Amino acid sequence: MRWIVCIKQVPDTTEIRIDSRTNNLVREGIASIMNPYDCHALEAALQLRDQHGGQVTVVTMGPSQAEECLRDALAMGADEAVLLSDPAFRGADTLATSYTLAAAIRRLAPVQLIFCGKQAIDGDTAQVGPELAEWLGLPHIAGVEYLVVKANNITARREAESEYYLVEANLPALVTISRTMNEPRLPSVWGRLRANRTPITVWTGEDLDIDPNRIGLAGSPTRVKRIFYPQHQRQTQIRQGNAEQLSNWLVKTLAEERLL
Amino acid sequence: MIIEGMAIVNEGCTACGACVDLCPVEAISLDLDEIPTDETDEYCDVWVWLETRDNRLEGVGLELLGIGRELADIKQEKLVGILLGSKLEGLAEKAISHGADRVWCITDPALEHYENGAYTAALTELINQEKPAIVLLGATPDGRDLAPRVAARLQTGLTADCTGLAIELETGNLLQTRPAFGGNIMATIITPHHRPQMATVRPQIMKARPADAARTGEILDYPFESGAWALTRILSQEDTQKQVNLEQADIIVAGGRGADGPEGLQLLQELATTLGGTLAVSRAPVEEGWIAPDYQVGQTGKTVAPRLYIACGISGTIQHLVGIQGADIVVAINRDPKAPIFQAADYGLVGDLFEIVPLLITKIRKIQKQRHQ
Repeated sequence: MRWIVCIKQVPDTTEIRIDSRTNNLVREGIASIMNPYDCHALEAALQLRDQHGGQVTVVTMGPSQAEECLRDALAMGADEAVLLSDPAFRGADTLATSYTLAAAIRRLAPVQLIFCGKQAIDGDTAQVGPELAEWLGLPHIAGVEYLVVKANNITARREAESEYYLVEANLPALVTISRTMNEPRLPSVWGRLRANRTPITVWTGEDLDIDPNRIGLAGSPTRVKRIFYPQHQRQTQIRQGNAEQLSNWLVKTLAEERLL
Repeated sequence: MIIEGMAIVNEGCTACGACVDLCPVEAISLDLDEIPTDETDEYCDVWVWLETRDNRLEGVGLELLGIGRELADIKQEKLVGILLGSKLEGLAEKAISHGADRVWCITDPALEHYENGAYTAALTELINQEKPAIVLLGATPDGRDLAPRVAARLQTGLTADCTGLAIELETGNLLQTRPAFGGNIMATIITPHHRPQMATVRPQIMKARPADAARTGEILDYPFESGAWALTRILSQEDTQKQVNLEQADIIVAGGRGADGPEGLQLLQELATTLGGTLAVSRAPVEEGWIAPDYQVGQTGKTVAPRLYIACGISGTIQHLVGIQGADIVVAINRDPKAPIFQAADYGLVGDLFEIVPLLITKIRKIQKQRHQ
């Protein structure tokens, strides 16, 4: 019985700063981390494994250094790790990424439940989970913050705009996990040691039953046309001074704008 | 990628093309094996999924009709609203008054509540039948659940959380602009060879057109064969006890990392209360565990459109700024004169919020007291 967790290595975007002189992203020394949402997805899978047995398999697609986040997952308690790495996978958008993950998960069948983080902090699209479920023809429940697995079905609570839905689906299924669901465990020293000894399976495109036109950039319907820093529309009035002067100025301004 | 103004092509290359634009001597080119398809020509019209809740239209659908109207006019095509539900009386007329030329209705008991299997089946079937060029959905929890499922079934591109939509005149492609890289930069995305071009847009980003009761349009019922489309079963539904309603707030006082902890946020809450407003935060206080995620404004939080937004100790990452684009007046209080928030503010106060905010509270209360006398 397999519990699959799809994870992604992301730059720690909370650490990224913009150089005010050049207006460029400062990327030097920015650490790569496991997408924080995925830590919660992994924790959910580990808890289910501890209750129901089976094994937790973590899967990621990325360059060779993505192995680091698989080691982190093993250290937290995952049983095995698969790295999907091939130059041909590069430039994949969410559709090509989910297609590739689906091919890997088919190879790992039979699968009980697939976990993804609700979204990744670098792209924030929340698309790979539902797209992966669609490629696999499985039901999905997105934004889960509570779940129970019984026999052949899952009951999960998902947060919608102004209400919660309690939703049930047959297994196998896919869930995307909200950060409010649990508190991820920290890797133990023993876990770290074990993680370093656990071999990581690496699959390239040749190891998977895939159509080369559906992976990487070739399989991606979307293209980045340009990247830029936004131009701000507002005419800023900036004041310096002591707190007394500044607060007087703001109160006067707000009064003039009829906001008090 | 671009580091310190220099193009670097390495293993992490995502073929974003930034290096091509940057190179002054056109030494870098991006050779993509494009698969030309002429099929894109037979797709036309701009579609908007009109999300409903308890048989009422959600505001984001009307906002999408606003931008959809502009896109359809540029392309000289029709703007079409899509309604899925169990009771849709009166909703199509409302969509037409807000800009739609045509509304497709699929009425079925299986569509009473949002269920991703049935909704995906209905929307996909209609898209395959009618072949729209563009499909827009609200980036609400349900829209962000439905859109990727539909995009994968149609095997087309989808761009999440767009903050800008435009038409590229030469190609007719939809230019989909969104924050990227953790919200530190903006990217314009296209879907050149696949149709429909799908995009989601957060509530409050676009503006709805005022209703015009004189507008006329076509209302069509699509005969959807309801079947075993459901993938999940909805067992129950309960309303969230919402602590905050930032989207509707008139005045917002927001704190960032500079608030320095829950006590700092308490001080800002006091200012908010004094102004009759609501407290909000940027990403950092949520990450630090100072406050619940419900209070977060920005790309991963709420998009707000208050009359007044006072940002205290917020540096102003793009991902935060996209959430406050709709604010009438933005005030920034920050110790760092170089903080990007100042470029996005109408009024900037360079100083310590812990000195300025208590004075503001006292002075505003004094004015309020004088008024009551």
